[in-house]
Amino acid sequence: MSEIRSVTDSELVEPAKVHGARRRSEWVEILHNAWGFNRTRVGVGIFAFILLLAALGPFFAPHSPTEFVAAPFSGPSAGTVLGVDYIGHDVLSRVLWGGRTVLGLAIAATIIGLVLGVSFGLIAGYARRWLDETVMRLLDVLLAFPQIVLVLLLISLLGPKLWLIVLMVGLSHAPRIARVSRAAALEVVQRDFVRAAEALGEIKPRILFFEVLPNITSPLLVEFGLRLTYSIGLIAALSFLGFGLQPPAADWGLMINENRIGITVQPWAVVLPVSLIAILTIGTNLIADGLGRALIGIERESGGPS
Amino acid sequence: MNDVVLTVDGLEIVLDPSGIGIDHEVSLVIRQGEVLGLVGESASGKTTAATALLRHQRRGAKIAGGRIRIDGTDIFGVSDAELRELRGGLISYVPQDASAALNPALRIGTQLTEILEAHSFGSSAAERRKRLAEMMAEVLLPSDRAFLRRYPHQLSGGQQQRVAVAMAFGCRPKVIVLDEPTTALDVTTQAHVLDTIRDLTKSYGVAALYVTHDLAVVANLADRIAVMYAGRVIETGSKRDIFRQALHPYTRKLLAAIPDLSGERALHGIPGWAPRPGQRPEGCAFVPRCDWAIDRCREEFPPSEGPSEEHQTRCWRYREVGAQPMGGDARQSGRDGTTGAADQPVVDVRQLSAFYQRKECLHDIFMALHERRCLALVGESGSGKTTLARCIAGLHPFKIEGEITFRGHQLARDSRGRPRPVRQAIQYVFQSPYSSLNPRKTVRQILAQPLRIFFDLDAGETDARMAHALEQVALDTSLLRRYPDELSGGERQRVAIARALAAEPTVLICDEVTSSLDVSVQAAIIELLAQLQREGGLSMLFVTHNLALVRSIAQEVAVMSEGRIVEFGLVDTVLENPQADYTRKLLADTPTI
Repeated sequence: MSEIRSVTDSELVEPAKVHGARRRSEWVEILHNAWGFNRTRVGVGIFAFILLLAALGPFFAPHSPTEFVAAPFSGPSAGTVLGVDYIGHDVLSRVLWGGRTVLGLAIAATIIGLVLGVSFGLIAGYARRWLDETVMRLLDVLLAFPQIVLVLLLISLLGPKLWLIVLMVGLSHAPRIARVSRAAALEVVQRDFVRAAEALGEIKPRILFFEVLPNITSPLLVEFGLRLTYSIGLIAALSFLGFGLQPPAADWGLMINENRIGITVQPWAVVLPVSLIAILTIGTNLIADGLGRALIGIERESGGPS
Repeated sequence: MNDVVLTVDGLEIVLDPSGIGIDHEVSLVIRQGEVLGLVGESASGKTTAATALLRHQRRGAKIAGGRIRIDGTDIFGVSDAELRELRGGLISYVPQDASAALNPALRIGTQLTEILEAHSFGSSAAERRKRLAEMMAEVLLPSDRAFLRRYPHQLSGGQQQRVAVAMAFGCRPKVIVLDEPTTALDVTTQAHVLDTIRDLTKSYGVAALYVTHDLAVVANLADRIAVMYAGRVIETGSKRDIFRQALHPYTRKLLAAIPDLSGERALHGIPGWAPRPGQRPEGCAFVPRCDWAIDRCREEFPPSEGPSEEHQTRCWRYREVGAQPMGGDARQSGRDGTTGAADQPVVDVRQLSAFYQRKECLHDIFMALHERRCLALVGESGSGKTTLARCIAGLHPFKIEGEITFRGHQLARDSRGRPRPVRQAIQYVFQSPYSSLNPRKTVRQILAQPLRIFFDLDAGETDARMAHALEQVALDTSLLRRYPDELSGGERQRVAIARALAAEPTVLICDEVTSSLDVSVQAAIIELLAQLQREGGLSMLFVTHNLALVRSIAQEVAVMSEGRIVEFGLVDTVLENPQADYTRKLLADTPTI
């Protein structure tokens, strides 16, 4: 490992030839380097824990999330380990059921944001001139709105529909992802292999997605991690504000809202979903940070480049 | 010999954590007023050895042994503070790329004064100002206030390199290390910078080490030459020894790879590549590429031997090699390809003007490329030769006026506006194979692209065509699975040429295809292109800044300057009897051996 690195790092004019052995592609290398940081491992651990909790939790839930088991805001007891909520549902069961929506919606929204953002970014970066200007200025208009306001704008008009939430959260990410993709693409489109494809008469979508896109996957990987963190926060916030899932559905964001009036008598019903959302965002953020460090070649665990 | 200024004795440099050797037993001597040319291919360890003279190693490298004495001072024995004093004072360095070495945020006057102040040169500010004016005069730059207040980006490439030279000579050093300082420059500018360096070393008695991959450059500059291969000095001798009576097979091959302006010698590449650190075999590292190798060469690296103390080499069979006459065989490419009178042009350019944004950069170009001919388009950077080539290929992004026809059909400006058969017939090979191959595609995917676009083939036929294209450029089909960064520069350029050939073109445009390659690799690529053109019946437009290459490949030549064609004709006519002043100047400035 260190031997190969020091040769390729050198200023030798020709690149290292590694005959025989298959050389890892760049983003595999980045994943590998990122895994070397403790922060990435902790982040992955947290994310995996929450993912398992959300995916498998319902199978272990002692009660149905919508079943009335005790008087509202009763404290922990034998049948209800963490007590019950404002309306008499079991808190533990609702926590075990309530992760799926946050995670599922957040991942779906981030993917939509990535697809939209990368498409706009690539088109703008490749087209340049007036089309670039037009696309980017329109995205700047979207960028001017705080993300949550942008999302609430349409949802408050059309009502809290799940597909709309996913679409709007994704759309609100698009301008930021587009900026990152465009910046990365601008450097790539100048290279001669893009000219070579043009001279052959390659069609534009193939140039964008087969020539340019594979060369910007690394920054996009980092961007995905970062946007996932924001998606989780946004979707939880929407539920808290009452624009997400509607009662009696079990959802962490919604639970915070429902039970906040009883926080002094039955703190578990609020503290638990809050903590889970918090550590989930910390987890995804740590992953994104580890990837980012590996991407720009920082070798140290903390601080900037040496 | 008390005029010896620099001695390097048994220098060993290794990669830091792994201990893999970069340089072995490097020993050099330079006398006062002498220029030693240190010559080698990429990865031969020449730059690493040269910067070690300043006790500098790039990241990941470490000096593991040996001694360097400059004017009696042991460079490895001094403290860091003393070393700072020495660097720039006793020994100085001229980098390859002055534009990257000068601080873009400081005026050049400030940067030059800084050197003098750092080494307390002169006792007063007035004295330093006087020295500054001298320094500028020495490198033939103006020393007026307005010029000194310029920033590096306001200077031309040649001026920037002169400033770097002035800086290096500023404190009257005893030794100066020049690391390919002219590779980024035009021939004319290069000739001027080389003149300046030669004059300064002679008049101030400086010992200079000139690092380069181009023997033709040191032929005019150096007094003695040391040839490096795979981290070892394999031959040293006077310029005369090396050019008239080279004793090492590698030196001889390197000489045969130099393009010859007079056109008497055939051009030969060196097959294979120089092994990098960590991949060098036991014994002599040149064995895989050597015609003279015997079993002993594989086991034991030969000692330093030679006919005189001055002329030493490291080859078991140097006596037999030396007994062979030098000079090589006669040239056979070039004009042989001319088939009688020129017929209808394949590509005809008439009254072409091209614009860069709103500025006209090509003026009234008339040019014709004939069937089965190779036309060389020669000029310095900025002369418009690449712009013209790109106009023909349909890659010029701005407005053009006038007409370009292919077999009588008017061509659209943009390649997308051209019909498929035309795009297929005109293929373009780019200057740098490091940029023209997508690093995320395998060689297979790269070669498949033109086949998919131009032909309707099934999988078997596609494979066969790919194998044929690779065979044409002398590459093995095992390369199909590789990514470009697993290939050497020469192999990459061959892949780029194979991509163009896969389209089965009638016109091949080669834009400075060898300028990013070593001289030995360049020779091999030129051989290949000349053969393809001769045997494949291609019409070729060969764009280059190197007049010396023209003989080896072209039958006709067009010389460009400032967006105009200043001379056009058959190669022999133009090179032997140039009409335009500009062509004469270009010929005079081209380094030859």
